[in-house]
Amino acid sequence: MRLDFGGLDPVSLQRISSADAGFDLPCNPIGSAPSFHLPAVADLDGFEKAAVDMVKPLHGTTTLAFVFKEGVIVAADSRASMGNYISSQNVKKILEINPYLLGTMAGGAADCQFWQRNLGTRCRLHELGNKRRISVTGASKLLANTLYSYRGMGLSMGTMIAGWDETGPGLYYVDSEGGRVKGKRFSVGSGSTYAYGVLDSGYRWDMTVEEAVELARRSIYHATFRDGASGGVASVYYVGPDGWKKISGDDVGELHYKYYPVSEAAAEQEVVMKEASSAS
Amino acid sequence: MHENIANIENSKRAKKKEHANQSRENRNMAMMMPPRLNPTDSASGPKQHQTWSPYDNNGGTCVAIAGADYCVIAADTRMSTGFSILTRDHSKIFVISETCALASSGFQADISALQKNLDARHQTYQHQHGKQMSCPAMAQLLSNTLYYKRFFPYYAFNVLGGLDDQGKGCVYSYDAVGSYERVGYAAQGSGMQLIMPVLDNQLKSASPLVLPKRETATPLTEAEAVDLVKDTFASAAERDIYTGDGVEIVTINARGIQKQYMELKKD
Repeated sequence: MRLDFGGLDPVSLQRISSADAGFDLPCNPIGSAPSFHLPAVADLDGFEKAAVDMVKPLHGTTTLAFVFKEGVIVAADSRASMGNYISSQNVKKILEINPYLLGTMAGGAADCQFWQRNLGTRCRLHELGNKRRISVTGASKLLANTLYSYRGMGLSMGTMIAGWDETGPGLYYVDSEGGRVKGKRFSVGSGSTYAYGVLDSGYRWDMTVEEAVELARRSIYHATFRDGASGGVASVYYVGPDGWKKISGDDVGELHYKYYPVSEAAAEQEVVMKEASSAS
Repeated sequence: MHENIANIENSKRAKKKEHANQSRENRNMAMMMPPRLNPTDSASGPKQHQTWSPYDNNGGTCVAIAGADYCVIAADTRMSTGFSILTRDHSKIFVISETCALASSGFQADISALQKNLDARHQTYQHQHGKQMSCPAMAQLLSNTLYYKRFFPYYAFNVLGGLDDQGKGCVYSYDAVGSYERVGYAAQGSGMQLIMPVLDNQLKSASPLVLPKRETATPLTEAEAVDLVKDTFASAAERDIYTGDGVEIVTINARGIQKQYMELKKD
């Protein structure tokens, strides 16, 4: 039995010296703390802000997750925008860390993709070292500690870690400011306020899986309806005792006609009635 | 120039003149550069390098389309800075391996540094594994390479195209800091906003996220895809000042890699 103190390792940051101009050897040992190049400028904060304005990383999202009697539901939209431009309509915002753990993606897409992949490898290493799966508590803490060590450097992440471990269902909210909160229900992103409106009014602890999936889908749909930065496909995952399963993926354009069925317009009905009366 | 002036009056006047020259020069610089090229413009103060930026935007457009058994990667050959055209025959496409090519627009210095870095890593991979890297592996490597410069990004917008392990066409689209996804077709760079709606109109298929799964492959044949790419570039060159001169088209299929070139408007 060996305790894993990996999360406590300091993350090394290096400034490029003139001697090795930015080329690091591609043979860093696997699992070693990653190192990042920093620009040689006096005002790092100002540089990061200007760089973010310039590269415009992907932003804008609605994600939600909640715990109920049968397990955890995780749902998200799939739109990515760079400024006003919609750069993708099929982003996978629910990241599959391992068969029992899911992470959601809000904020910088690259930050979420990179650090959740990194979390996946560290969860696997924990599994190999300890002969048991990592708990949701542990996994979320690994991520929170990493993000805390980069606090103030401009990372942008609002993520939920959801899963099933030996203690049952688990759900945590972790963000790039270093926060980590355990909870029963969360929604993150620009469309979260709209999603909360539907989610809070429809939530019950003793829902069936079908009811819970429908509530999540409806919350995401209504968020995409009101929030310009959300859209695309509403994906819903369910995490139960046997791990996660993707339950549904619906184009919100098609969902619209499910929630607002098209009825015949009044004028058309009038014409039909007139035709019927003239025929008789 | 004013070293030998002894008279205090004269030197004062000279200083004034120098100051005037300098401010006129600054104004000229501001006029030459479109506002988006200078992100630290708003910064003011006595510090020396406040307005200096390590980045430039050299423009350019990249497009890639994945088919059932082919991949088309195309990019224009103009390289500009501000309103001036630096060269009309600069290739933006870097063929990494026999099944993989990278097209990048943005800042050419960062792009060539990125290409060298990727090439060196691919060389190491070949020595260690005795084979070339697959396109999906190269896609993950590019993502990591970009992300390790998260705090000093490569100002490069990339499209990676090639064939996957099953011989199917694949295209990966990136942001500057390494977020990526596999797509059926992609456009990046200055003409992206003009070209992407046309590709959506011609090629859009069901999202891979939709359940139950639907067919997501691009319906075109290789020749049709190449024609579509030529059309989109000819149109983008009409309305984007950073796209023009020529378009280089790389086609990757089971027979290997073919390159072709088509002239675009030079104005």
